[in-house]
Amino acid sequence: MPADIAESLTQYLTTQILKDPARTLLPDEPLISSGLVDSFSLVDLALFVEDTFGVHIDDTELASRVFDTVAELAGIIRQRQV
Amino acid sequence: MPNLARLLAHSYDEDPDRIAIHLLETRTTQELTWRRLIEGAAGYAAELKTANILPGEVVVLILQHGEALITSFFGAMLHGAIPAIMPFLTEKLSPEQYRHSLAALIEITRPAAIITCPEFEGQVRQASPEGSSVRAVLLSNQVVPRVSPKLADLPGYARSPGDICLLQHSSGTTGLQKGVALSHQAVLNQVEGYGRVIHMTSDDVVVSWLPLYHDMGLIAGFLMPLLCRAPLVLMSPFDWIRAPQKLLQAVSRYRGTLSWLPNFAYNFCASKIRDRDLEGLDLSSWRAVINCSEPMRWPSHRVFLERFRAYGLKPEALATCYAMAENVFAVTQGGIDEAVTVDQVDSRSLVVDRVARPAQDGADSLQMLSCGRPIPSTRVRLLDDQHRDLPDRHIGEIALKSDCMLTGYFNRDDLTAKAFHDGWYLTGDLGYLADGEVYVTGRKKDLIIVGGKNVYPQDLEELASQVAGVHPGRVVAFGVFNEQAGTEDVVVVAEADTDDPAERRRIADDIRLRVTRGSDVALHFVQVVDPRWLHKTSSGKIARTANREKYLAEQAA
Repeated sequence: MPADIAESLTQYLTTQILKDPARTLLPDEPLISSGLVDSFSLVDLALFVEDTFGVHIDDTELASRVFDTVAELAGIIRQRQV
Repeated sequence: MPNLARLLAHSYDEDPDRIAIHLLETRTTQELTWRRLIEGAAGYAAELKTANILPGEVVVLILQHGEALITSFFGAMLHGAIPAIMPFLTEKLSPEQYRHSLAALIEITRPAAIITCPEFEGQVRQASPEGSSVRAVLLSNQVVPRVSPKLADLPGYARSPGDICLLQHSSGTTGLQKGVALSHQAVLNQVEGYGRVIHMTSDDVVVSWLPLYHDMGLIAGFLMPLLCRAPLVLMSPFDWIRAPQKLLQAVSRYRGTLSWLPNFAYNFCASKIRDRDLEGLDLSSWRAVINCSEPMRWPSHRVFLERFRAYGLKPEALATCYAMAENVFAVTQGGIDEAVTVDQVDSRSLVVDRVARPAQDGADSLQMLSCGRPIPSTRVRLLDDQHRDLPDRHIGEIALKSDCMLTGYFNRDDLTAKAFHDGWYLTGDLGYLADGEVYVTGRKKDLIIVGGKNVYPQDLEELASQVAGVHPGRVVAFGVFNEQAGTEDVVVVAEADTDDPAERRRIADDIRLRVTRGSDVALHFVQVVDPRWLHKTSSGKIARTANREKYLAEQAA
């Protein structure tokens, strides 16, 4: 597994959510507001984050005003890991 | 003469402090009594009157799932106007595209008023300029409830059973131009007839997360329980999709007895809820969990039961229903008084001979989930291409006749005329009858159903055609069933001149973005192909079925 949080998130998103491993995903690319990650996949993302990093993302936080990019989500994870 | 406004008012008069709806919001719960509902609704009725909106005119509601949507809906009815709920704009949908959809709706439906929230006022005004049918835009935050309203004086009381009581649209540009118009009598006949089949009483508790702009949410998950005075526990689809456990928690807490779910929700709940969110839940009060509105799969029922049996879910609670807005809601119902029939049929015979023969030992077979029997006063026939009756187990088009049929597609007499043959409504769904039970096997029309929501492929193709580098008109959209998700994945295949991989990727990304922002539909796979990859029909149209087969064959190779 990649050591870096952002890298690990990117890999999960491209392979498991977008089903397109060849796709590059920029750290500041909008995920939720753009519809790239649709609402059906948000629970999966939260489950992955909890299982992988031991960080709980509440269902009320699954919204673009809380995080909308890989960089922002990685930031939240780092903050909560402390 | 009964009508919906009178029935609602009657509930208020008899027991105003009874709770009609437990409205679960993201963090809090609102207990909506009949008093609060009807006094709130009377506020909207008064505003519509002040705005000179006439009974019989259409009022479009563009509001988030919540109290204002509910009270404005009933307010329009108390005023005798015809409410039509339009899906709310989500952040990923582009405002331009939403205005375009709204303009399409306005052009055909010709509403006299639109009720929305302040954040949306600008969008709505732009889509309904001077000279359009819209004479008033009312804002939900400016409407105040009327205490102790004189309901019998309101024009809604005088509506006849044959008058149209509401319009129901599917989403997308195509769906919004085709409003299903239903009369008071049709809705009441459905509620009465279907209610009897599922033995619905005021002792039931309905739990729903379904959106109100969809027939299943509007009728089964909203109007039926209210008209039967069964308490309704209502949450928003936005909340449920982020926390599916909320449905099960609500069933346990409120002793829920009935819910309707699209097939994908069985898989979704079974696979995405943690044990800790289910601790202590008791689902034994759930007497029917009714699968409806997209193709139903036996494995979806199985995984749902396996996951929740330990929490008291009864196997006999699993039920099925075949429904459509054109029949108000239910056409058939299965699994209430006896277990849902599972018909084991021969796969080859189904595809090659178009006959659902019971499977012989050893042959490849398919488990078909029965939709049950037609509800009283709805008759079902299976017709061949020449509209002749087919024998049992032969696949044909499902046609129906009932006392709860649509009055017509609103302001679209052309579409209404096309939808009927000899007084029978042609559903466009394919299926068969066996021992009086209806089985749905597919669709005649090109329609994608994703997560229970109807999506018209032409809307997606139109959007994808707008992307630079795509040959206009050389695009196809279709659905492919995803067994794991229990619903269809949406696929777009587009022809482009370039064979540069980087450029093709850019085109694929743009198509994804354009379609999502334009339709609120997330694409699962986008494939950019060479010119002349797509099959066309002899009349030059893109052949969706043939291209879908070609795509699947290439994927399998």
